[in-house]
Amino acid sequence: MTVATRVRLGCAGIVLALLLAGCAGTGKDELVIGEYGSLTGNDATFGQSTKNGVELAYSELQAQKQGRIGGLPVRFVVEDDQGRPEEAATVVQKLINQDRVISVIGEVASSRSLAAAPICQAAGVPMISPSSTNPAVTEKGDYIFRMCFIDPFQGTVMARFAGDSLHLKRVAILKDVKNDYSVGLAQFFTEAFTRTGGQIVEETAYSAGDQDFRSQLTAIKAKNPQAIFVPGYYTEVGLIARQARELGITVPILGGDGWESEQLLNIGGAALNGSYYSNHFAVDNPDPHLQDFLRRYKAKFGKESDAIGGLAYDAASVLFQSLDKLAQQDPDTFKGLASSKAGTSARKAAEKKLRDIIATTTRYPGVTGTITLDEHRNASKPAVVIAIRNGAKHYAATINP
Amino acid sequence: MSTFLQQLVNGITWGSVYALIALGYTMVYGILRLINFAHGDVYMLGAFVGLYTATWLRAGENPSLGHAAVVLLAAMLACGAIGIVIERAAYKPVRHSSRLSALITAIGVSLFLENGGVLLFGPDPRFFPQIVAAKIIPLGGGVTISNQQIIILGVSLALMFALRFIVLHTRVGKAMQAVSYSHTAASLMGISVDRIITFTFMLGSMLAAAAGVLVALQNPKIEPYMGVLPGLKAFVAAVLGGIGNIPGAVIGGLVMGVAEVLVTGYVSPTYRDAIAFVLLIVILLVRPAGILGKSQAEKV
Repeated sequence: MTVATRVRLGCAGIVLALLLAGCAGTGKDELVIGEYGSLTGNDATFGQSTKNGVELAYSELQAQKQGRIGGLPVRFVVEDDQGRPEEAATVVQKLINQDRVISVIGEVASSRSLAAAPICQAAGVPMISPSSTNPAVTEKGDYIFRMCFIDPFQGTVMARFAGDSLHLKRVAILKDVKNDYSVGLAQFFTEAFTRTGGQIVEETAYSAGDQDFRSQLTAIKAKNPQAIFVPGYYTEVGLIARQARELGITVPILGGDGWESEQLLNIGGAALNGSYYSNHFAVDNPDPHLQDFLRRYKAKFGKESDAIGGLAYDAASVLFQSLDKLAQQDPDTFKGLASSKAGTSARKAAEKKLRDIIATTTRYPGVTGTITLDEHRNASKPAVVIAIRNGAKHYAATINP
Repeated sequence: MSTFLQQLVNGITWGSVYALIALGYTMVYGILRLINFAHGDVYMLGAFVGLYTATWLRAGENPSLGHAAVVLLAAMLACGAIGIVIERAAYKPVRHSSRLSALITAIGVSLFLENGGVLLFGPDPRFFPQIVAAKIIPLGGGVTISNQQIIILGVSLALMFALRFIVLHTRVGKAMQAVSYSHTAASLMGISVDRIITFTFMLGSMLAAAAGVLVALQNPKIEPYMGVLPGLKAFVAAVLGGIGNIPGAVIGGLVMGVAEVLVTGYVSPTYRDAIAFVLLIVILLVRPAGILGKSQAEKV
């Protein structure tokens, strides 16, 4: 080893030591919260609306309390999972192990929440999914919560609406086999619809990312259904509606909250007229609390919020409220959430306490309705049915649990 | 019965798109013995050039056949140029290296175009404006065809006949045939092999671009990775018909389109993508040279 190499190695060592020191302590204590979602990809509006909803809640926290809870500044770390479950698992690992977050908000798509939930559960980090409706998500463990209703209820809502309000007897199903949400919702709809005497005349499938659905739709057309239930996400739903009309299928298309996106009508256009889907709120609901939220959202982002954005706003607000409660009830335990305590037993105890407080959320006045978490950590809320007429969404009905 | 006929209409429409892409694979293979894996991505670029041209023309607001023709031509010309650049920049430098180097270069170009597309166009799906308003035309017996499907079929057929004319009846087409037999003999006859190869890439890329615009016309969702699966399937279609054989690519494409639709409609939609590769395995076992291919003894 020459002298020059030794000097070089020495320099490298010093740089490395400085870098490591930089990682170990950022100097100031803060509350780091993680958020992950599909900011890009096939269902990008889900992630973007979620991010906007959380951002709005955060900007209000800044305006009201200088962005502090219990004396500590709140900081958000947002990650993009590109709409892929494996990527969701990776970014949540990163949020927990690298950013040392105290809590995680996300995802919309159940497949991605299901990939991330076991990681949060194992690490003892409370995860709040704003809008994943598949029941399996919160069954992953007692640190997993959601702000919305679940699919057994949503399936019943559409089945009851189809049977009672539209007087349908024969329905065909076109579901996305790669998507836990879609498969689950199709199953719950079938159970509820056949229980009330309805008949599923054809059940066929596609995979997210497909472009051509004509052969499935041709098979469905042959069975002559009175409606087609498509429990998928908005991109495919729009394409399916167009191709159905091109094949001369005129019956209504029914769906679930996966349709909720500002893009839905851009893609589906006039083909979606006469269709119905279940949702978490209707923007034409006159409730002043909701209308006030929609106004603030529009002022900040220049466009109307969808239900996904509203649920994300509620998720962040419930988390802020729970942190606030913890800071007031038990200031000593609360200190464990500070970023300098990451990895300590104080952090573990604080996370446990935070989990207990979130779990007792009762009658929280959210913009998407009153939120009370049940023993399975699910919110029990009414669902609304949205009708699409003349290229616009209209409130059609409210169905209570 | 009407269901079956309807499925056949759907299948032939898709099949003609596969055929257009497969033609590019087969021509390049015929001349260079190279599988141009970047071909599916040229198809993607075609759709995006179409999108930008259509937006620039505001063709979505007043759809007309004239606008559609301009969009199609713009995409074909742009991708023809891209094909030339790809050939000159990526394949020509490795032409005299081993075939493996060329193959790996092709995979590299494909990845470059896909990720370049993500960078340039963004990873979110974009929606192609309706440059031709959809109209449904009943064919009797409950079978329908849309005017867009007719356009796809018509344009594909016209392009295939144009290609056939170029290859069989023009000087440059005869030169292409000569080059596909032997590079050395062709250059001894005074044919500029380099120019013919470039011309072949240009022609293939133009066909792929046309396929991209035609598909976007009917299925308006386009994204940077849209070329991967159709590209692979068109490659299988080219092998199915006998790679290097132009009518074979057309037949392979149609067989593939119809097989896919029938499997989706009558067996299970989950097997849709599997059927292409099942067909590939079967053909390699039963008739390794493809439907129209002639088997050649490999000299060792």
